[in-house]
Amino acid sequence: MIYLTRKAEFSASHYYHNPEWTPEENLRVFGKCSNLNGHGHNYTLEVTVAGQVDDNTGFVIDLKLLKDILNRQVLDDFDHRNLNREVPEFASRVPTTENLAVAIWQRLHSQLHPARLHRVRLYEQPDLFVDYYGE
Amino acid sequence: MKVYLTRRYLFSASHRLHNPALSEAANREIYGKCNHPHGHGHNYFLEVTLSGPIAPETGMLCDLGVLDSAVHREILDRFDHQNLNRLEDFSMQVPTTENLAMRVGKILSQLPLPAHLESVRIEETANNSIEYAGGQPPRR
Repeated sequence: MIYLTRKAEFSASHYYHNPEWTPEENLRVFGKCSNLNGHGHNYTLEVTVAGQVDDNTGFVIDLKLLKDILNRQVLDDFDHRNLNREVPEFASRVPTTENLAVAIWQRLHSQLHPARLHRVRLYEQPDLFVDYYGE
Repeated sequence: MKVYLTRRYLFSASHRLHNPALSEAANREIYGKCNHPHGHGHNYFLEVTLSGPIAPETGMLCDLGVLDSAVHREILDRFDHQNLNRLEDFSMQVPTTENLAMRVGKILSQLPLPAHLESVRIEETANNSIEYAGGQPPRR
């Protein structure tokens, strides 16, 4: 089994807000992330796929194809967007790094045949990242 | 849905790799320049990984402030700008990155952290790092 990781970057804004809570409760739980005017990050996404090396091409997956899939499934919708308002998954879910990693997994995992998605790693900042393995 | 969240911290410390049970020559042979008598220092990057389900009401694994407070209080305040050899933690052990990672892992494992402690990873320099998952293979 070979594991291949491709990195991509996107920049987006968001805020954390649970509409079932009072403003005070949102502020207490989410701190400065609860500012409804939003704030932004430069996210770094690392997508790791696993599979067998194809005898003819020597590839586990065609990198150009993987790049196109990442662009189509994730970056075209997330990059330079307001995640709360413009990405459907976050109409009813808080766009935390945890939920973003899961949403990215769900957008990618059926697209990578014959390789399979092994891990989504999403950095919100250089000192904070989330890994999701589809478990 | 189980996620793994990693937070990265920095501390700076000095140390000398030296085992008093061995001869001076053996120490020089084993530890090389790390055995120089007056010690040297590193900027250590510590990565702490917690795991568990996402809480639906917050979208978060846990309150990062709780983790930050625990790491600052129990690890950074203890090791940052210290000589590791002089600390009680290393009175009986050589302060290699291996022993340091295991020590940090054991200290954190005894604290009430906001989610399950999965592993700790310490970079001594940009070129070498040690990962400790309480004796289990780390998730990759």
